[in-house]
Amino acid sequence: MMTNKVNDPETSLTTEEKRKLRFLIEEFNTAYARVLDAQKVEDWPDFFEEDASYTVIARENFDEDLPVSLVWCEGKSMMRDRASAIRSTMVFAPRYLRHITSNVCVNGRDEEGYIFSESNYLVMETLMEDSTRIFQTGVYFDKFCQNKERLSLKSRKCVYDSLLIPNDMVFPV
Amino acid sequence: MDNLILDQGSNPNLVWPAEGLTHIPDWVYTSNENFKKEREKIFLGDCWNFVALEAEFPEPGSFKRSYVGDIPVIVSRDQAGKINVFENRCAHRGVEFCRDLRGKADQFICPYHQWTYGLNGELIAVPFRRGERGKGGMPADFEMAQHNPKRFNVAIRHGVIFASASEAIEPIEDYLGPETCEHFDAVFKKGKLKILGYYRNRLNGNWKLYHENLKDPYHATLLHVFLATFKLMVAGQKSAMITDATGRHATAASARDEDLELGEDIAGEMRGAWRDNMKLEDTKFMKYVDEFDSPWTVTMQTIWPNLIVQRELNTLGIRHIVPRGPHALDMYWTMFGYDSDDQEMLNHRMRQGNLMGPSGYLGVDDNEAIRFLQEGLRRSFSDRGVVKLDPNNEGDTDTLISEASIRAMYRHYRQTMGL
Repeated sequence: MMTNKVNDPETSLTTEEKRKLRFLIEEFNTAYARVLDAQKVEDWPDFFEEDASYTVIARENFDEDLPVSLVWCEGKSMMRDRASAIRSTMVFAPRYLRHITSNVCVNGRDEEGYIFSESNYLVMETLMEDSTRIFQTGVYFDKFCQNKERLSLKSRKCVYDSLLIPNDMVFPV
Repeated sequence: MDNLILDQGSNPNLVWPAEGLTHIPDWVYTSNENFKKEREKIFLGDCWNFVALEAEFPEPGSFKRSYVGDIPVIVSRDQAGKINVFENRCAHRGVEFCRDLRGKADQFICPYHQWTYGLNGELIAVPFRRGERGKGGMPADFEMAQHNPKRFNVAIRHGVIFASASEAIEPIEDYLGPETCEHFDAVFKKGKLKILGYYRNRLNGNWKLYHENLKDPYHATLLHVFLATFKLMVAGQKSAMITDATGRHATAASARDEDLELGEDIAGEMRGAWRDNMKLEDTKFMKYVDEFDSPWTVTMQTIWPNLIVQRELNTLGIRHIVPRGPHALDMYWTMFGYDSDDQEMLNHRMRQGNLMGPSGYLGVDDNEAIRFLQEGLRRSFSDRGVVKLDPNNEGDTDTLISEASIRAMYRHYRQTMGL
């Protein structure tokens, strides 16, 4: 039972608005997944606003209001630091990753104009001599800024079900 | 994929190499037979196993699933306020009956036949014990008191809960020893803990490799490019490996020196672990708030057989090692701060959390290295590793370029295991 703590918009949307937003969010998620699939980790912060937050948190913590997160970025600068740490300092075996995003649920727009939505995500991981495995499943709780046809993330909270992480998590999800 | 690997296990007699502690045979990491013996001699032997933190049990009825070695247990606080540790296994048919990670309960009921246990682990009800209408039921001499799950002895030091299957076990302060207590108490005596959350990850390596990794300061300056580049730990800085008299526990301590100038000799040796032009945009997460009664900015404690106490700057946590056979371990992390933390301190601990954990700038390196190591041990033709650094010490040392503490651990291990 996931309580909806992140997305609590004030205003409701018409079906037509929702249809349009769903399309924009799906386009956004597709572009986001492509960048991560290609491991272009330097491009990943560009999906966010300068003061955006990005966290990856276990569902057991999220459900109990515990703050501990696998990744905790306050602002794009911390995301860029993570990207350069992955690129230049972290030691890990080569791997392929495949991100699937689905079940986009447009929750609404608040009075400041932020769009709230949720999407399910699935990350498959392939180590070079092993079979492909499910690395992580979870939900993105998103808050978007909309500028005409362009969306960018004000916050993305990735709440993962896969509590027992296989070895470690190198790349953001 | 694991079942496709044929373990080399090239020493069926499980005999330690004649060279002694400078060589570690592969079979200590790969043999099923040796693993079964470890369960009996170590985890169920004369050891205090970490099981939980008292802060996780705020009131009577609070409980948590945990492990002694690889054996599932329940930790609970009973109505009298006492902490109990007992096997998570119904005394009837063996069902692992408590399924929730944590929670609050008045009693535990096995779902299969509703045998019911109190918060102290005592069997308190057996349905149809007398049968129905004079038929069936338990024998007349059946006594519930003789059908309790296995209960463990409990010791608590400054809110850290340990369990032991041994009746002969020494008090916890003697078990830890004064060297370990000093650095342990710096973390746990400071104030009331506030639980901040959990991580879990499965490492494909033998459980002892995790101890060794933290008793091996040599790797810290070489594998962890992040540590070296940002001078969190480099050869030449003030550091110590403090090992207890038995050799089983250790504290890896270091003091950050931001003004340390590396000599050309050290910089040359570390060239592989150095990124000269790398800068962070946001360095506030690396700042150290001096909050401990200790000269060290970092202490990483390996407490035999299943506990790591992490004080890496201001990120605090315990890592509970749960062995999963010879080839894997589960790491259960409980991160905490103190009740007295304000919001800014809490945020600082969360930001600094990026260093550690299963996605930490340092955490990833270790987890990958341990997996590579286990694969080498399992699959290769050779049958032993070498731990010869710092030959004049066995235990304590004040250089990072040392394997003295690993040798001390194996001295204790061989004694315990009769090897």
